Amino acid sequence: DIDDVGHKYYLELVLEDVLDKDSTVNCTAEVLYHLGNKNIAPDVQFTIEGELKNADEADNIFYNRIKSLEKELVAENIPDSHGNVSPEMEPIRLLAWVASGYVIWQNSTENTKFQLAQIKHVKQVKRIDEYLEFDYVILLHEMVSQEIIPWQMTVLWHPQHGVQVTRDSRQPKHASE
Amino acid sequence: LIPDVQELVDQSMPRERSTHRQVPEGYVYTQYHPMEEIYQWMTQIQKSNSELVTQHYLGKTIENRTMYYLQISQPSDKTKKIIWMDCGIHAREWISPAFCQWFVKEILQNYKSDPKISRFLQNLDLYVLPVLNIDGYIYSWEKDRLWRKNRSPHMNGTCYGTDLNRNFNSSWGSIGVSYNCSSEIFCGSGPESEPETRAVAEFIKRKKSDILCYLTIHSYGQYILTPYGSTTKPPSNSEELMHVAEKAAAALMGKYGTSYEVGSTSLILYSNSGSSRDWAHMIGIPFSYTFELRDNGTHGFVLPSDQIQPTCEETM
Repeated sequence: DIDDVGHKYYLELVLEDVLDKDSTVNCTAEVLYHLGNKNIAPDVQFTIEGELKNADEADNIFYNRIKSLEKELVAENIPDSHGNVSPEMEPIRLLAWVASGYVIWQNSTENTKFQLAQIKHVKQVKRIDEYLEFDYVILLHEMVSQEIIPWQMTVLWHPQHGVQVTRDSRQPKHASE
Repeated sequence: LIPDVQELVDQSMPRERSTHRQVPEGYVYTQYHPMEEIYQWMTQIQKSNSELVTQHYLGKTIENRTMYYLQISQPSDKTKKIIWMDCGIHAREWISPAFCQWFVKEILQNYKSDPKISRFLQNLDLYVLPVLNIDGYIYSWEKDRLWRKNRSPHMNGTCYGTDLNRNFNSSWGSIGVSYNCSSEIFCGSGPESEPETRAVAEFIKRKKSDILCYLTIHSYGQYILTPYGSTTKPPSNSEELMHVAEKAAAALMGKYGTSYEVGSTSLILYSNSGSSRDWAHMIGIPFSYTFELRDNGTHGFVLPSDQIQPTCEETM
């Protein structure tokens, strides 16, 4: 408890590589949730002890594949209802996961617990520069309210420049039947 | 009786596969099935195992579909205590009905060869409701994969669905709910306002003096939750409840290393009122647990079917 400021949490965590469960890295972090104004994202400071695995080869393969597509990539429902993701869509899903982490961070409070539930829709937007751009509509699941929240996010990515979310906005739940 | 309950909750799947003469030929337990197929499966299961299994009418859903439970009971002249398990109270949690089906199959395939199982059935009857929220489950197959509630119409049909796990008469409407139909945790117009809730509650009330254990299966999160959600005040038999749950979590972890957190909902998850697990304990059923199956959020509700087998094996 920090008077007049907020609540600070000191965390020790272990990061696990999604693609290689045996590859782990220790991490320490400090998270500060601000008092009062719930529109400010929590402050996060972190230290990673060691190095994250290099993914250059896979990144470049994906990058070149998308760059060489004649028609813009379009897809829906990743994973599908049965939890399946086709191999070609796996990097699209991983990218959404990373980008949704940013959206979740920006919208988290001490009373929320968000997870990416599904990619409803993704459309590639062709660019003249070297970046790849994808327009996603994702569904976030919020644990406490149990709500499924559609969220639009525009994601830029380049193997050497990483991920950026340039635009994001909460979408209305479509009028439920 | 206590070691028996522990064992039931602990038991891990035996490795040998005996003949599948007792279970429907070709039914694939490692895939998700639509309600049509689950209805057919129940009929088949009773037919091929009539010495042990009977299908019973429980009630009707709001859209007038029939709710059935399966009773697995070894003929005997003594009255046996009952273990009740329901799955699929929340439509989108597909791994839950998949587990109920798996559970039934395992018991029927192995009760003759597995001494643990045959011992249970000498002393206990198993009552399994494979899908509680049938209308919601069908809706999640046909219209909206992430639907949670039932399909009761409100506000002149402009809003649908009550959260059945907020609709039981356990401190109903007091905490962790919404009074707004458009919310996923809408508790309904009153306790037991929903026919699905009433069907389950009336049955359990009638049999309560014989029910030893109430289990309700959900996903996701990997928890074994004890009462209560509506208050942090511990239940009277809190130590015993925790002890059994901890043994179950340890046995579960022994299978594939999956870790489950154990504790009271209000302490380790969030506050909520009107849950079936709280209600079962409040009316006197000593062992009452919610299982939240795999995973931890990576896939969440949309758990890939290749995880059905390991999830069910470890939970078994």
